[in-house]
Amino acid sequence: MQEMQEETSQPDPDAAAIEATHRAYWRANLRLMGWLLAVWFIVSYGFGILLVEPLNEIRVGGFKLGFWFAQQGSIYVFVVLIFLYAWKMNRIDRKFDVDES
Amino acid sequence: MDLQTWTYLIVGLTFALYIAIAIGSRVKTTRGFYVAGGHVSPLANGLATAADWMSAASFISMAGIISFSGHDGAYYLMGWTGGYVLLALLLAPYLRKFGQYTVPDFVGQRYYSKQARLVAVVCAIFVSFTYVAGQMRGVGVVFSRFLDVEIGLGVLIGMGIVFLYAVMGGMKGITYTQVAQYCVLIFAFLVPAIFISMSMTGEVFPQVGFGSTVLDGSGRDTGVYLLDKLDGLHRELGFAAYTNGKKETIDVFFITAALMVGTAGLPHVIIRFFTVPRVRDARLSAGYALLFIALLYTTAPAVAAFARTNLIETVEGQPYASMPEWFHNWENTGLLAWVDKNGDGLIQYAPGGAFGKMPGDKSLKLVRDPERGGLGEPRYANPKADGPNELYVDRDIIVLANPEIARLPNWVIALVAAGGLAAALSTAAGLLLVISASISHDLLKNILMPGITEKQELLYARMAAGVAVCIAGYFGVNPPGFVAQVVAFAFGLAAASFFPAIVLGIFSKRMNREGAVAGMVVGIVFTAAYIIYFKFVNPEANSSAHWLFGISPEGIGTVGMLLNFAVALSISRLTPPPPESVQRLVETIRVPR
Repeated sequence: MQEMQEETSQPDPDAAAIEATHRAYWRANLRLMGWLLAVWFIVSYGFGILLVEPLNEIRVGGFKLGFWFAQQGSIYVFVVLIFLYAWKMNRIDRKFDVDES
Repeated sequence: MDLQTWTYLIVGLTFALYIAIAIGSRVKTTRGFYVAGGHVSPLANGLATAADWMSAASFISMAGIISFSGHDGAYYLMGWTGGYVLLALLLAPYLRKFGQYTVPDFVGQRYYSKQARLVAVVCAIFVSFTYVAGQMRGVGVVFSRFLDVEIGLGVLIGMGIVFLYAVMGGMKGITYTQVAQYCVLIFAFLVPAIFISMSMTGEVFPQVGFGSTVLDGSGRDTGVYLLDKLDGLHRELGFAAYTNGKKETIDVFFITAALMVGTAGLPHVIIRFFTVPRVRDARLSAGYALLFIALLYTTAPAVAAFARTNLIETVEGQPYASMPEWFHNWENTGLLAWVDKNGDGLIQYAPGGAFGKMPGDKSLKLVRDPERGGLGEPRYANPKADGPNELYVDRDIIVLANPEIARLPNWVIALVAAGGLAAALSTAAGLLLVISASISHDLLKNILMPGITEKQELLYARMAAGVAVCIAGYFGVNPPGFVAQVVAFAFGLAAASFFPAIVLGIFSKRMNREGAVAGMVVGIVFTAAYIIYFKFVNPEANSSAHWLFGISPEGIGTVGMLLNFAVALSISRLTPPPPESVQRLVETIRVPR
């Protein structure tokens, strides 16, 4: 609430534009985070814990799939998620012109 | 060269390296001491974070824990890696932008309150001390097993090394020794694992060998998958299948969550992200850190399965007289013991214990008889346990004896000793810095003696680090009996206190002092009370029948975290919003530039 009042009391168009950009930047960040955390949850808590038994019916080479996700696969996905986040965020930073020089 | 000489040589070389780095990275400013001047590259920070994070327990005990619990070991694997995703997405970049020195710094400024800072300081010190005692103990144990040095002397040597680089070089010295320590520990872990994978499955990568078919003694493919073979062996001996879970799903879910969130909330991990120059470096170095951690964490379960198969095949149903040399070596350390219950001279391995506790002991400790049995085997004063099992195996043997079981050369075995020491020392140093900064920066400079100059603060920081090394060393030599029990505390408390306070501080502009303090207090009190009740007050009741919703004390930190979030969010809506300046601070940390 307070935020809104502040905005109306500040007539400076540049400040308002910057604030709007920052808000859009934050939304883009939250959207990306939401997707990545959903994948994070599905591979670990989903495949590795809650669905481990049905997935264990599927075999890939010598692994039961649920067991593989619990002891190997989820970790690989975690690594990919962080690098993906770092790469995507660099692009989002540049797009909204908030990147560090 | 014999094993002893190799071990002295390799451990000596690594120690000389750490000392050289310590001398090369002395610091003169508090910024240098607390955050290495903020000049650490993302790659170096990733390496240092990985060493900081992987403790004596990760290196020595984790593969063994998995080896004896099979599928259920997964919650350690997922819990101790998945936390980095939370760290990278929810905490690291914003705390880097905030750009102070400690976690209580953030809590204190974001919640404009010395009380909040004090709560954070107490938690940081408590969490770090519980952790560091175990590391010092680990140093002593490695020394005593590999170098025949008294545990006490081993701890003292470890203290001396850490003292040198932590007190002189602060975060800068710690960072660059951790980089070296990571290289030592990962090499020491991977070399035996790769050898064993090649000899058992013909695959170079243990992660692939884990899911491949096993070779027979002459190197021909048997066409049987390793994990199927292991499940088969387990069935024959009456164990539950290796690849099936035994714990309740709800408990596994909550333990995994507590470990993940606790990992993300541990101060010694968080402060590593203050050392990189930019926000984008913080994100990238979290990726590097997890990549380097994953190298060990995806190898460990493979080692666990190889070692378990190897162990069962070598001992089960075999005559004691035909046991190889390593068996006797490890009998001498007390990590392996055999009692011939049925007098047939063969080793029977089955579920259940081999020995009972000595009268008056709380946990199983083997007591050697001076006399040996008819086959030359050591005998023990302990009563025999009921059931057919005749073999006692300590889980640490899986990593420590692995190279010998696989008949690897002596230098590889010596390497394992150096790796265990590197893992323990690197984690100890990171924790000591948290304790030192909490005292000199948060307690003295920001609460008790705000007038001190930077020079004085730096002196206090060095003194605090020195005192903390001594206290940690004392606990390493005289471990309090409750150390094993309080490890659950470290993660539970980090999960129930720091994590929600920091996340809300970044993601909720409306979060205020009243909400954050109430949330932290409720989270801590609830989690601590639950753990203390089941671990100390009424340990007999520590079983799923009495647990809240079937959640064990190890997993209760997750509930504490949820309570913290709920209390903080509701109280903050009933109390005045934070001041304008704090709301602007939140806006600033959300944007990299």
